[in-house]
Amino acid sequence: MIIDLQKFSAVERPVWQELERLLDQLELDPTFRLNVEQAKRFHYLYERTSADLSKLITFAAEPELRSYLEILVARAYSEIHETRGDQKRFAPIAWFLNTLPQTFRRHVKAFYLSTAACIIGTLFGGFAMAFDPEAKQTVMPAMFSEHLGDPAERVRREEQAKHTPTAGQLTPFSTQLMTHNIRQAINALALGMTFGIGTLVVLFYNGVILGLIGVDYVAAGQTKFLLAWLMPHGVIEIPAFLIAGQTGLVLANALIGWGKRERLAQRFRAVGPDLVTLIFGVGVMLIWAGLVEAFLSQYHEPVIPYSAKIIFGSIELVMLILFLARSGRKTELTANSAAA
Amino acid sequence: MTRTNTLLIKTPEGVVFSQTLAGPVTRFLAWLVDFACVIGVLMVLNIILMFVIVVSPEIGNAIALVLFFVVPVGYAMSLEWLWRGQTIGKRIMRLRVVDAHGLRLHFSQVAIRNLLRVIDLLPGMYVVGGLATFLTRRAQRLGDLAANTVVIRIPKIVEPNLEQLGADKYNSLRGYPHLCARLRQRVSPAEASTALQAIIRRDEFDAAARVQLFEDLAEHFKSKVEFPAEAIEGIADEQFVRNVADVLYRTETKRQRERAASVPSTEERPREAGGTLVR
Repeated sequence: MIIDLQKFSAVERPVWQELERLLDQLELDPTFRLNVEQAKRFHYLYERTSADLSKLITFAAEPELRSYLEILVARAYSEIHETRGDQKRFAPIAWFLNTLPQTFRRHVKAFYLSTAACIIGTLFGGFAMAFDPEAKQTVMPAMFSEHLGDPAERVRREEQAKHTPTAGQLTPFSTQLMTHNIRQAINALALGMTFGIGTLVVLFYNGVILGLIGVDYVAAGQTKFLLAWLMPHGVIEIPAFLIAGQTGLVLANALIGWGKRERLAQRFRAVGPDLVTLIFGVGVMLIWAGLVEAFLSQYHEPVIPYSAKIIFGSIELVMLILFLARSGRKTELTANSAAA
Repeated sequence: MTRTNTLLIKTPEGVVFSQTLAGPVTRFLAWLVDFACVIGVLMVLNIILMFVIVVSPEIGNAIALVLFFVVPVGYAMSLEWLWRGQTIGKRIMRLRVVDAHGLRLHFSQVAIRNLLRVIDLLPGMYVVGGLATFLTRRAQRLGDLAANTVVIRIPKIVEPNLEQLGADKYNSLRGYPHLCARLRQRVSPAEASTALQAIIRRDEFDAAARVQLFEDLAEHFKSKVEFPAEAIEGIADEQFVRNVADVLYRTETKRQRERAASVPSTEERPREAGGTLVR
């Protein structure tokens, strides 16, 4: 049997057009919700169009009409069979206070691994600096060239500077720091696709630089300056970078799938929203760190006492730990008990 | 792993629908268009920023730094999210990013495939991403793999032009309804579609190829059902195939039935050039 295409198309076209209108409405306005009657009608239209497609495939291999119906069925299918929850209007405060810390805790093992890679790098850098001071010249990237000289000399120069930069002059510096750091964070995430090797190398390398600078300043007797210079922005920037590493490792874990029974696509689908939450959280943290680094960390004694900067950094660190460890616990517990 | 250019999705209702996957070359062309768009936007912003820099060099430089970071990163991410998987380049090349399982595209998927672009770009000009599209089953770059997305081609939907079958033209096969019914029973949808497409696209063929094609098709359909000699005598192969497609795709209207009944015998009918019979 071959169907009469013209008649078939004429009879069914109103159904297809109604479905198309409904789909346009759903796709153009994410907040649009169907009421029960509309949902029933939508389901009916989808089923009827699906049946038309089946009929067309079985009884008349007409390519254009088939393409049209396939696209229509595909669009309706994506609306009807989506089970990952509605894409509600984004609530930034709830996201920041609940979703971000909850996601961080859910993948805390990856954070520990990220931290371990960085600490190993720091120890390596520290030992390298302690046993071979020339290592600084070899390992330090160009952007840290100001640390190549004697730390005591740098401290003397900074403290005796006659002109302190204005806020206007520091603004481009601040944005440069933010964009550079966010780029590095994105790289740490993307390198998760190298089975995490790239992410671990980046974490290790940054740890080496941290170790080199740390030991260099401590050995030169400039520990207080180091803490006062590093802590106000570093207590946010370094954890942000570790979280970026955590994101890359979560991605790598999904790619490797060690001990997991799900297929690769399912594993990626499961971690996708968490990766985005974490990397956007890193972005927020790095914007804050960039502002602090430009507008606070660059001012030294006598403009700002070192103790004040260290206290500020310590407060930030405590608040960050509390935020990551405690924020969103209440909603998490409620959700867990509801699930149980 | 078998490579395919079609994404097949089977719904729980048992309906299978397919979408054509975009190839690496089309995707690269779309990327070139997008790249040009990003450069264009940055050039315009640069001109605007020159005025800001005159007023405040520090603020101007800071805004420039932010924009030169945000525009390349955010261009594809925001457009793909707002235009449901399309950028300007993808619109021009008729491509769309969709979920690999046919579900709704989520923001996290758009974000991941664009954030992971840095690794697909390595070591330059999308070498890693390009290789991945050649090697993966669904032509996915690494960003697409991680985001569970694929890029599909959107076909131009053209209404099948059944008018070309010539509704008003005399169809000698219609005089034998029992044979027409047998023809409809024996011809498969694929064969029917071949006849229809050959008629619709006949002007696209070379003259010799056209003659050969319709000769083969006519021979094929004649072997399916044997019509009496008077029904096919003097009819060109192309006209015979058109008559077959007309029988297959059109239910006979009352007017056509009346016309078939009142038609004179073969000898009395006037003959059109090329063997096409007209009323």
